[in-house]
Amino acid sequence: METGTSRVKRGMAEMQKGGVIMDVMNAEQAKIAEAAGATAVMALERVPSDIRAAGGVARMADPTVLEEVMKVVSIPVMAKARIGHYVEARVLEALGADYIDESEVLTPADEVFHISKRDFTVPFVCGAKDLGEALRRIQEGAAMLRTKGEPGTGNIVEAVRHMRLITGQIRKVQNLSKDELYHEAKNLGVPYDLLLDVHQTGKLPVVNFAAGGVATPSDAALMMHLGADGVFVGSGIFKSEYPERFARAIVEATTHYTDYKLIAEVSKNLGTPMKGIEISKLAPSERMQDRGF
Amino acid sequence: MKIGVLALQGAVAEHIRSIEAAGGEGVAVKRVEELDALDGLIIPGGESTTIGKLMRKYGFIEAVRDFSKQGKPIFGTCAGLIVLAERIEGQEDAHLQLMDMTVARNAFGRQRESFETDLPVKGIDEPVRAVFIRAPLIKEVAPSVDVLSTYNGEIVTARQGHLLASSYHPELTDDYRLHAYFLDMAKEAAAAKA
Repeated sequence: METGTSRVKRGMAEMQKGGVIMDVMNAEQAKIAEAAGATAVMALERVPSDIRAAGGVARMADPTVLEEVMKVVSIPVMAKARIGHYVEARVLEALGADYIDESEVLTPADEVFHISKRDFTVPFVCGAKDLGEALRRIQEGAAMLRTKGEPGTGNIVEAVRHMRLITGQIRKVQNLSKDELYHEAKNLGVPYDLLLDVHQTGKLPVVNFAAGGVATPSDAALMMHLGADGVFVGSGIFKSEYPERFARAIVEATTHYTDYKLIAEVSKNLGTPMKGIEISKLAPSERMQDRGF
Repeated sequence: MKIGVLALQGAVAEHIRSIEAAGGEGVAVKRVEELDALDGLIIPGGESTTIGKLMRKYGFIEAVRDFSKQGKPIFGTCAGLIVLAERIEGQEDAHLQLMDMTVARNAFGRQRESFETDLPVKGIDEPVRAVFIRAPLIKEVAPSVDVLSTYNGEIVTARQGHLLASSYHPELTDDYRLHAYFLDMAKEAAAAKA
């Protein structure tokens, strides 16, 4: 009997496919998310848009938030640790978090090293904005990926950019010759063996979700079209006028992302979505996607 | 044999790959009308609460019960096993209520307790590699349910006539024998009908 194997960690993410993972800040929101059909929840003290508004240093949540949420739902509960902060990650593992997000939404704790995720029994999800980042995170042990997008903006443009870039780079790698692959591995800063795997299979070896700006059912469906295996929704649900309706609608649009009549139906009378931010209005220091490398 | 994989949420592609490797034809099923053309149905792993809700929403509860009434085989893995069960421990409502058994969700604990192991299964020669992820257990079965394997004394594979259920994920390995076993069930059902 073996725990924490790569198959068990990656397999857990496979079971989330076609699903929606929702940010929640307390037990009550977690119950709403579960009832709406979320496949997992991310327990946080503040959603990304509030983190933006508050400023200062964003850290791992108070453990009582995670504990409260774990008590009331039967679906998996995820939690965020700062980039490189392996003690926060150990604490979350000890508390029983089902998945840890080493996340750029929090203020990075290490500007050089990401967490050595292979050393943990609990699986990790990490953000990536291009194929290089994606494969570096996998090399470190990430069992699931997500686009970085631009969290807390309610603006899908960056998630679209990152998903399109990653799939475009995969197509390019598929068409390289063996000798060109060595050069490309150096260019991207990734291990040759991982790049060879992408070259042969035409896909990433782990599940890749969309994240960072999903605010409407159509946003979720768009990301599924672009090749996402599922969707993280952060501020998009509990910063909207009617969280319960938005949550249900986004779940259905993710399942039936090619059924436009259905998406039209579930998009009716949802009320006001979260207020968004135009990306060009963000100062360089406010761009969360530039954290990590 | 054409086997559908219920594609509302969960590990659909893996089951399709395994069915094809075992010599069948695998298709994703998103609408109830698509059930008609099938010789068998797989309900995959995923989140049982999500899959159950979406099944209700799109009329799959009644449609799959009708499918079962025709004697066509159904295979549930992990969440799929929960969806098939008559009773779920600690819950008032169950989903399809087709297999006469009581199941416990997340019976091994949280994700850090998830594991893989070699598991002997009745009807299959050598042990299969079984991947348990936040897996359920079968706590009680009716006499009409055949227990195909146990782990630490608890039931993890069971068959009741044309219904098959496993707590673990055969679709996450390169071992296609359980899928071949299910294909044989579909062939028997098709032959019996003809």
